[in-house]
Amino acid sequence: MTPDLPQGAIGVETLHMTMRFGAFTALDDVSIRIAPGSFHALLGENGAGKSTLVKCMMGFYHATAGEMLVAGREARVPDPRAAHALGLGMVYQHFTLVPSLTAAENLVISRPDAPRVIDWRAERAALAAFMDRMPFRVPLDQPVRALAAGEKQKLEILKQLYLGRRFLILDEPTSVLTPDEADEVLGHVRALCEAGQITVLMITHKFREVTAFADEVSVLRRGRLVGGGRVADLSHSDMAAMMMGDAAIAEPAPRTGRAGAPVLALRAARARDRSGLKDIAIDALQVRAGEIVGIAGISGNGQMELMEILTGQRPLEAGEIEVKGAPYTASRAEARLRAVRYLPEEPLHNACAPRMSVAENIGFRSFDLNGSGTRFWLSGREMRARAADLVAAFKVKAASLDAPIAALSGGNVQRAVLARELTGDVDVLVISNPCFGLDVSAVSEIRARIMAARNAGAGVLLMSEDLDEILELSDRVLVMSEGRIVHETTAAASDPATLGQHMGGHA
Amino acid sequence: MTDHGISGPATGAPLRAMLARVARRAEAVVLPLAALMAGFAVFSLFLLMQGKSPAEFFSLVYKAGFGTAFSWQNTLSRTAPLLFAALCVALPARLGLVVIGGEGAIVLGGLAAGALGVSLAGAPAAVALPLMALAACVVGGLWIGSVGALRYLRGVNETIASLLLAYIAIALMNHLVEGPLRDPASLNKPSTAPLADALRVGDMPGWDVHWGLLAGIAGCVLAWALIDRTTWGFAARIAGGNVRAAQVQGLPVGRLILGFTALGGAFAGLAGFFEVAAVHGSANASLASGYGYTGILIAFLARHNPLAIIPVAILLAGFEASSGLVQRRMDLPDATTLVLQGFVFVAILISETLYGRLRIFAPERWSTR
Repeated sequence: MTPDLPQGAIGVETLHMTMRFGAFTALDDVSIRIAPGSFHALLGENGAGKSTLVKCMMGFYHATAGEMLVAGREARVPDPRAAHALGLGMVYQHFTLVPSLTAAENLVISRPDAPRVIDWRAERAALAAFMDRMPFRVPLDQPVRALAAGEKQKLEILKQLYLGRRFLILDEPTSVLTPDEADEVLGHVRALCEAGQITVLMITHKFREVTAFADEVSVLRRGRLVGGGRVADLSHSDMAAMMMGDAAIAEPAPRTGRAGAPVLALRAARARDRSGLKDIAIDALQVRAGEIVGIAGISGNGQMELMEILTGQRPLEAGEIEVKGAPYTASRAEARLRAVRYLPEEPLHNACAPRMSVAENIGFRSFDLNGSGTRFWLSGREMRARAADLVAAFKVKAASLDAPIAALSGGNVQRAVLARELTGDVDVLVISNPCFGLDVSAVSEIRARIMAARNAGAGVLLMSEDLDEILELSDRVLVMSEGRIVHETTAAASDPATLGQHMGGHA
Repeated sequence: MTDHGISGPATGAPLRAMLARVARRAEAVVLPLAALMAGFAVFSLFLLMQGKSPAEFFSLVYKAGFGTAFSWQNTLSRTAPLLFAALCVALPARLGLVVIGGEGAIVLGGLAAGALGVSLAGAPAAVALPLMALAACVVGGLWIGSVGALRYLRGVNETIASLLLAYIAIALMNHLVEGPLRDPASLNKPSTAPLADALRVGDMPGWDVHWGLLAGIAGCVLAWALIDRTTWGFAARIAGGNVRAAQVQGLPVGRLILGFTALGGAFAGLAGFFEVAAVHGSANASLASGYGYTGILIAFLARHNPLAIIPVAILLAGFEASSGLVQRRMDLPDATTLVLQGFVFVAILISETLYGRLRIFAPERWSTR
């Protein structure tokens, strides 16, 4: 701990910040002023330039043009170390703590001037003195692994203060927290701003957090600053309008038809989780034809394992899966016969072979089909023709069918996977985080396709960490926590606060 | 960020599409060639440091490996086992497995063929030779297939398992040819009993090169057809490209791994069969002469494309064929060829990191400025 660091919030201003990658302009003449001690929100769709802007500020990128003022003086930031020296710090979406070390150890080793030999007695005393000055605290002597997500995020923020940062960039800091945890963490951050200790620039997607905690907001769209101002003067619809511009948003697709017979059932299912230490225990889960069952939960509570069980990647130790009344082991033949389709999360990493071409990836489901029979010799021509049709029908933007699918943007990879999985009869559809990391227009289009599958009679199991998505799409909502289904309600009767409590295991 | 559908300019679109196709394919040719050249360049420095002339080295290699009809025959005779050994690396590699223990399957395949040949001594060649070849395939297939099984069932690293199994195979062969299977007449070099003349594989008519070369080329073509033209090969490529995607598609990943590793091992076993039946005439320690390891380099240089294995194997066989002459004329030790192979291999591994990164090979990243 170096107590002689200058303290107190500092203001930061970008002037005509521009960043080009080849012919592509990611950031176009952006000037934003963030007053000392303010809580400033940065809104924008995916790809709007938010990350590029903060990476320029932190020295990860070198802006093509434009400059930055820190505390009123022109500042040059050739690398993150220079940004740190100016008092700028960043908290990332995902944790950067070492799980096996204690909070105290994490804090001390994060210091650039940590000595070769650490005098723990002195450090502990310094940390205690530091903690006394903080408005909130975390247990210092437990391994970080044992801390809840909210505690970890608080520790990330404490770490920045411990390192003497006076201007904090928070990159979607609440995406891994429950609503209650998010409110608590942001409340503390807000208090630090009000006390004049730090200035905050927070990247977020959540209007509610902007209204509840921020003083001012700036909105980016396609690399340009398109609006902003005092939060008190703006409504959610104002902000949404700025973010979206004149892009047409698809109306939420109407819900038609009624739920039919059960198509997917899990009974007394038991499996190990990824760590191998805990178990997944699902006593009864049923999805009927023509309904969407949403599974809400914070990531890491067994959703990934449930997806693996349903796709046959994780063996069941007990219990059974039934599809349309018959036992199901997720073989290719069964999935085909019973029309079961999957949309795993992060499609590029879980549903595609990144280096294979767009046409080949679209062919994964049908390459061995020849009419109603199977084939031994591959038909490249048929695969290409089919891919060309589907690319057109699902509006996949691809430079070429021969391009590796990894060259496509996230939204287009998901469109290509949807084209593959939603073509033909679909009776059971298992989905995990379908819109993670996609921009707003892709999101509404993909949700509309999911709803259309439901309306056409598919039974849909939707796992999502995005509660809004669950509430928008689901007919019934289940909450998963610690590998178990802990709560069930209808979408109409659900309320986010109650769901949040169940998600956090507090109910 | 890359969310911009590139629509080429209206004029010259066919030309652009053709260029794009050429550029996409060129990557797999240009990068290995560049790596080969880089390996040669570093090796040349190595020669210069010893006061030897790289120009002399390469011209000797050319002369002894490719310069005359005789040197071509020498080169092509050595090509056959290299083709099979490279397939033993390339087939599992398409599933994302790095199997480097083909030497073990060559040795045991050769031993099986040699031992069976001895007991089949009076049988007509038309029956005995296919049986010997089959035995070599089965033993080689089981050996490398067990590597695939360990990988799939128990998660054992296939690279290390196959390498360690190769040492076991060589020790096993030495044990058997020095013990139970030893021909008492083989004094200096313990061997199995020599094969009857009728059970020797001869040369192709008009050539001084045995039939193994043709069999190896046929094996490469078959392997190419399997990978590139059949649904099994496509399924294997999916599993190699992303095993999670293959599992979500319900593809039988375990069976693919077993099948492709066993097939690779069977090809390596065939290399042993031809070494015994066409070259040595009995199974002995000469089976472990490093073809399995040179095959690794060939498969990587060929980007695990069975058709590309053919020219690459011929090139590497030429280097091996010339090593005697190079030793004598330039007074360089035997290990020089290994040093060259090592430099080329390191260059190849470095070039592996460049795939997909160079804009010139990725038309979708060509700017339309």
